[in-house]
Amino acid sequence: MPASGPTLSVAVHRGTSDGSTLRVDHFTVPAHDSQTVLDVVTWIQQNADATLTYRFACRVGMCGSCAMTVNGVARWTCRTHVSKVIRDGRLEIGPLRNLPVIKDLAVDMDPFFDKWAAAGGSHAPTATRYDPVVDIDPQAPERVAANAGIECINCSVCYASCDTVAGNPAYLGPAALNRAWTLVNDLKHADTKGVLDVVSGSGGCHNCHSIGSCTALCPNELDPLSSIAGLKRATTRRAFRGR
Amino acid sequence: MRLAQRSQPLWLAHVLHRLSGLGLALFLPLHFYVLGMAMSQPERLDGFLHWSEAPMVKLAEFGLVFLLAVHLFGGLRLLVLEFLPWPAPHKTLAAGAVAGAALVSGLFLLNAV
Repeated sequence: MPASGPTLSVAVHRGTSDGSTLRVDHFTVPAHDSQTVLDVVTWIQQNADATLTYRFACRVGMCGSCAMTVNGVARWTCRTHVSKVIRDGRLEIGPLRNLPVIKDLAVDMDPFFDKWAAAGGSHAPTATRYDPVVDIDPQAPERVAANAGIECINCSVCYASCDTVAGNPAYLGPAALNRAWTLVNDLKHADTKGVLDVVSGSGGCHNCHSIGSCTALCPNELDPLSSIAGLKRATTRRAFRGR
Repeated sequence: MRLAQRSQPLWLAHVLHRLSGLGLALFLPLHFYVLGMAMSQPERLDGFLHWSEAPMVKLAEFGLVFLLAVHLFGGLRLLVLEFLPWPAPHKTLAAGAVAGAALVSGLFLLNAV
């Protein structure tokens, strides 16, 4: 479809992780007000190249499935306005870093979620459904600390932005450790010791170099850097107590 | 694709801390080697001390003090970041107080030398 009116020059990274088909395709896309990066990718797929592969679902910043690298920064594309990120009329869109590419802009999220599980991310209940509901004071310091980290949508922007993950693939990464910190502070979590065991092991929180890209770029404005610092304090305190 | 995320200040602080640490790591063995000369080869040490009076070496000492200061404050920054669970505004105030104190005492230091 020929574009009339203002346009965007868009470069899209294509191919798969094995590298054999890697290339950059260039598209001219009609520019609109309030246009998001996901709108641009969708226009390309619907009007220019139907073979372009990408992933999205909710389009409102809740599902965490549409994250991509936009002009060198990992972002949730559905809530990223083109006008905020465009440079010299150009957009460069690629897959997330630090994850294997399935095809084009869709990455394999398995390593990301495997690390959630590896960091002790499953909830271990302290009571059964037959027990009375335990009151939790919403103002309790532990609950306040947990609340600060629970709005993660698993978009993997922090994981893709983490230079420590890039240098050490065994590192659990900011999202998994942020989840672990919420569980350490969850008064209804039965296995705090288990969480601290795994996050203090190899690949755990002490790998973090506190570069802080996770906190700087989290689209939900969470603070994984501080969560990981909390884990470092908790595991260090535990080591000094000899437990 | 250029990683534009790396233009954030915390990333630069990280790199500066690493590079200053590397610089110091390269300097220290040399430093101990020269100190060791006092025991084993005093004449060579005297020769070296004479050489170290050269203007370029004096200038390089400024670089060394810079590396030490950057690495020291970079390390303090990490300790505060990771081991002081204070609210962010408190940390900002504390860091501002340290910076202000360093500035004032630095000015007095400049007058003293």
